[in-house]
Amino acid sequence: MATTTAAARVRKARRTSVGLKLAMAITGGLFVLYVLAHMYGNLKVFSGQEAFDGYAHHLRELGEPLLPYSGFLWVMRIGLVVALVVHVWAAVSLWRRANHARSTRYVKFRPVQATWSSRTMRWGGVALLLFVIFHLLQFTTMTIQVGGSFDSPYDRVVAAFSTWYILAIYVLSMLALGMHLRHGIWSAVQTLGWSTRRREPAIKRTALVIALIIVVGFLVPPIAIFLGVLE
Amino acid sequence: MRITLNVWRQQNAQAPGRIVSYPRQDVSPEMSFLELLDVLNEDLIAQGDEPIAFDHDCREGICGQCGVMIDGVAHGPQRITTCQLHMRSFADGDTITVEPWRADPFPVIKDLVVDRRALDRIISSGGYVSVNTGSAPDAHATPLPKENADRAFEAAACIGCGACVAACPNASAMLFTAAKVTHLGELPQGQPERAARVVSMLDSHDAEGFGGCTNIGECAAVCPAGVPLDTISQLNVDLLGALSPRRPG
Ligand code: HEM
Ligand code: SF4
Ligand code: FES
Repeated sequence: MATTTAAARVRKARRTSVGLKLAMAITGGLFVLYVLAHMYGNLKVFSGQEAFDGYAHHLRELGEPLLPYSGFLWVMRIGLVVALVVHVWAAVSLWRRANHARSTRYVKFRPVQATWSSRTMRWGGVALLLFVIFHLLQFTTMTIQVGGSFDSPYDRVVAAFSTWYILAIYVLSMLALGMHLRHGIWSAVQTLGWSTRRREPAIKRTALVIALIIVVGFLVPPIAIFLGVLE
Repeated sequence: MRITLNVWRQQNAQAPGRIVSYPRQDVSPEMSFLELLDVLNEDLIAQGDEPIAFDHDCREGICGQCGVMIDGVAHGPQRITTCQLHMRSFADGDTITVEPWRADPFPVIKDLVVDRRALDRIISSGGYVSVNTGSAPDAHATPLPKENADRAFEAAACIGCGACVAACPNASAMLFTAAKVTHLGELPQGQPERAARVVSMLDSHDAEGFGGCTNIGECAAVCPAGVPLDTISQLNVDLLGALSPRRPG
């Protein structure tokens, strides 16, 4: 076991496939926290136009005067982009490694206990990446405007989700997110070494519950808008 | 019983392989799966054909030689080794596909036989403790809590069959590696080299070309020795420890 110094060992440890997985687990965990906060913000549409627009405005003033206007938002954005680059880079490295590890496929292969979620992490992740790009073009840069152009974030959201195909895109994307998180949260916990045989069923149940909360929490506002509950 | 075996035939590592169908009318439910292959091979030899090459040794579930993919599941429908599997686990009229383990670090040698020495090389890279061997020490010389002893024993039950690799969608050998890391990491003798061990073994695991683990859990679900999935969590803990420069070893 000839690692000469502790420093050499640490360098080698970082380069292992488990090192890559740790990077995925930590960045994935940050996304989960962010997504929960984002969901909470979205649910403010039910408090009315003033509250929702006020919340969006407040986010820009957060941290003032210590931070400039929108400063907090930019710190978040940069942090999330860096995390996303690390997450996707590690995912792609592990994906390539797995492809090289089995270049001849089985004639017949029957998984014994894998879930749909666990077997679709990679293509599901690609779908999420496409969704994130679309979502940013729609509500951050406002390059894609559906249903008209508005100054109020509330009006923008209501106009967008009154359109059936926008609703459809979001429903499909949130289902993909739910599947990614159902396996991802459990996987992150095990990667961080917190799983034991006794805790495993509870961790998997908790991951499923968090994933369901996120799917429902994100889909309630768009569906309410589409059905005309909010206008 | 009438059983049709669809068996992967491949002359050598370079030759392309293909599935060949062997219908049998005379299968007894009491036969073991390997006995069925034996009988089939006797007929093939009598006809002047080449017998099917497959690995086996103890035929009692302890050597880990007899791994093959049976109908898409490592070692077939039960969580035991192929030599312990009996034809009563199948139904009359079944067609059963038999393939070698598929992973690039396990190249096919012939038919169902693969080269699993990559696993031995992972062990050589750190799956041991560096002590001078002399006469055996007294059993009570180093006290050890029963919990740790049980956990070490459970992990040490790994027979190196490679089913975990075969079943893993990433062709990862993480359960095998975790079994070794856990086995030695639970014991006092394994402590001095604990951090270096996990790094060396993982480095070797990756260099052999096995995939990374994504915690799907197919490995533990097919492991005939019952090595639990949370050994991988324990390996992750050891790697996290090895990332700290203050940790000795
Ligand atoms: C909102 C965005 C995302 C969130 C919340 C998220 C969350 C997570 C979490 C928590 C994990 C578990 C980490 C681990 O395995 O230990 C994970 C794994 C993974 N993510 Fe993401 N992710 C997101 C976006 C993406 C994107 C854009 C990709 C694009 C390729 C991706 C691909 C993967 C892959 C391949 C895994 C590893 C699969 C596994 O461990 O089973 N994810 N993700
Ligand atoms: S961990 Fe289980 S499946 Fe993997 S090599 Fe050891 S005994 Fe076989
Ligand atoms: S032949 Fe030894 S385990 Fe099957």
